[in-house]
Amino acid sequence: MSNAQIEIQLIACLVAVACAIPGTFLVLRKMAMISDAISHSILPGIVVGFFITQDLNSPLLILLAALTGIITVVLVEYIQKTGLVKEDTAIGLVFPVLFSIGVILIAKNANDVHLDVDAVLLGELAFAPFDRMIITGTDVGPKSLWIIGCILSFTIILLITFFKELKVSTFDAGLSASLGFSPAIIHYGLMTVSSVTTVGAFDAVGAILVVALMIAPAAAAYLLTTDLKRMILYACGFGIFSAIAGYWLAHSLDASIAGSITTMLGLLFLAVYLFAPGKGIIAVLYREKQQRIEVSLLTFLLHLKNHTEESERHVNHLNEHINWQKVRSKTVLNLALKNNMISIENRVVSLTKKGDAFTSQAIDYIMTNEHAQIEGMKDDFFLFRG
Amino acid sequence: MTKHKQIELKDYIQLVFSDYTLRTITLGTAILGAVTGMLGSFAVLRKQSLLGDAISHAALPGIAIAFLISGTKDSNVLLLGALVSGLIGTFWIRGIIKKTHLKSDTALGLILSLFFGFGMLLLTFIQKQPNANQAGLDTYLFGQAATLVESDVWLMAFVTGICLLVLLLFWKEFKILLFDADYTKTLGFNTKFIDILITSFIVLAIVLGLQTVGVVLMSAMLLAPAAAARQWTNSLGTMVFLAAVFGAFSGVFGTAISASQNNLSTGPVIVIVAGVFVLISFIFSPSRGLLFKQIRFIKNRRDLQLHKTLAFMYRIASTHDNISHPHTIKILNNFQGYTKGTLQKLVNKNYVVLEGNMWSLTEEGFKTATNLYNQQNKTNE
Repeated sequence: MSNAQIEIQLIACLVAVACAIPGTFLVLRKMAMISDAISHSILPGIVVGFFITQDLNSPLLILLAALTGIITVVLVEYIQKTGLVKEDTAIGLVFPVLFSIGVILIAKNANDVHLDVDAVLLGELAFAPFDRMIITGTDVGPKSLWIIGCILSFTIILLITFFKELKVSTFDAGLSASLGFSPAIIHYGLMTVSSVTTVGAFDAVGAILVVALMIAPAAAAYLLTTDLKRMILYACGFGIFSAIAGYWLAHSLDASIAGSITTMLGLLFLAVYLFAPGKGIIAVLYREKQQRIEVSLLTFLLHLKNHTEESERHVNHLNEHINWQKVRSKTVLNLALKNNMISIENRVVSLTKKGDAFTSQAIDYIMTNEHAQIEGMKDDFFLFRG
Repeated sequence: MTKHKQIELKDYIQLVFSDYTLRTITLGTAILGAVTGMLGSFAVLRKQSLLGDAISHAALPGIAIAFLISGTKDSNVLLLGALVSGLIGTFWIRGIIKKTHLKSDTALGLILSLFFGFGMLLLTFIQKQPNANQAGLDTYLFGQAATLVESDVWLMAFVTGICLLVLLLFWKEFKILLFDADYTKTLGFNTKFIDILITSFIVLAIVLGLQTVGVVLMSAMLLAPAAAARQWTNSLGTMVFLAAVFGAFSGVFGTAISASQNNLSTGPVIVIVAGVFVLISFIFSPSRGLLFKQIRFIKNRRDLQLHKTLAFMYRIASTHDNISHPHTIKILNNFQGYTKGTLQKLVNKNYVVLEGNMWSLTEEGFKTATNLYNQQNKTNE
């Protein structure tokens, strides 16, 4: 590995962590799309900032662009407050218009601006090590590394200082307001951090990857844990993993690094989405199937309890009466037999003592529909699952 | 100056009819605006505004894969790829929302950025291939109306025709699903089918616009005309019609502006024109617009102040036998709604008579004040 390669991976990792932290809160606060809006609408800010400073890495430009990001948020909220359109429409209206203004500004001044819209959308991480930061003649590393490093330390300090406030206001806005933390300050603080991170990162990895790095690791982490601290840690870990894996994918395909990192994030999310224990698709589908069988079993037992006459309880009759397919009626019957809920004599099904007790309990639950009652029954249900 | 401009405009209109390229582009953007406006109305009303953004980004890898497989740049093939990948994106979004506890905004942002990033990976990969044919795929990022040819316009017109037909056929179903999904289900309609139908058509409209407006800005084409139209009407039919008109005009004006200047790509200009339509609608719409709302607000506040002053006077006057017994203006001073202006207005309305520093209620004023709240109820009805 050459020095430049290490630097690129280091920048990518720092960007990933810097994005994952605000991203976690955006996902939890249901504001993920705001990051998309910010990442697009900072374009005019960057262009105007570039006209003024003539330097893509100047701190003033970062501030101006971050300001555009906050203006976007304020505009969206203002439009939403007028009640003329819904929030999502407001987001969808504001950022394309601002982005268009940015594109047109670039196009009209194509000769003086060394800015490419593609570069804004995609960034060029591969060139980042060539733009060195030189302090009093000594080379101290790539500029982007310093910029994103500063932003990251700033974010981490804020996170540690205001962790409690952020946590409370994210999960219970009303409580946090009554405790005296201004929701507005926390909201705009988060928006500011997101904007600054987006701007700081766009130069290295582009606007779209910023969105991917903010949302995807946090979303994947959210599927795996419900603990905030752990979620942030997982998100950072996923970000770093995809940054490094994405770099090597790009290396082998000779393609855009940002695109590769996003693709790795996509694969990672897909894997979590499919296989996450408890909340992944496979687990959900399996649970739904279990629940369907449990409901079927319950229906079956209730039917048995309701009918004492033998004709109603004959196996053949049950098959057509409850109108299940053959396979399912067999599963349900076997399950009930295995748990000693029913006994079959002469092809006539009857409830056992245990089955009878269970069914009464179930009826009781259905009638009262109280949550407390299901707790005791859960153990019985788990019997079927085993 | 104005004369000069008029001639330019006239020239331009002539040019639209005589010049093949300009005619094609103008027609294309107009049709595109109309169809996206039409279908966008449904997206906006279903609170799926950002779905368009996600779908248009999600279409990018489809374009790249279609190119990789077919090796041609035929826009129909590429758009087919875009359609497939857009649909995959849409259904994945639905899957995430339905099956996990992730919220819709997370799902949208996820699919949008992940698909787009994958698309960019493929695009940069294609660019490195030793194949001279690949240049120009990135026009799909911001669109290039100049690449429209007559067959593209025919395709758009054809799809618009189908959209119209389906809209007319399923109008009742779409409408009822929009406003009361549960009721629709109880009536026995197949809501899933209707839902998939309308979503698929939204995807189709977005994919159609990719060539012209591009992946990044396509969502605005879907939203802006519909959001503008929403301000002028409360009827679905009118809204869809208005949105189509706004969309078409955005297309025509946008093309005209970008054609008359150098270095202006059509897509962003169309989006800004559509944005101007929205802004005008937000401000000047008679029933919902901000301007008239503010005017009504101020007027109501003045009326209320007037009523409050009158009611206060009434309470004082009613403690006296003679209702026209004069009182000093000073008593009014510590009353909140009172200003010199409101007093003068009351005088003008002949409710109050002023004599020096004294005021007194007239017979008419007393009567009005007695019936103040009853009357209010009546006018409200």
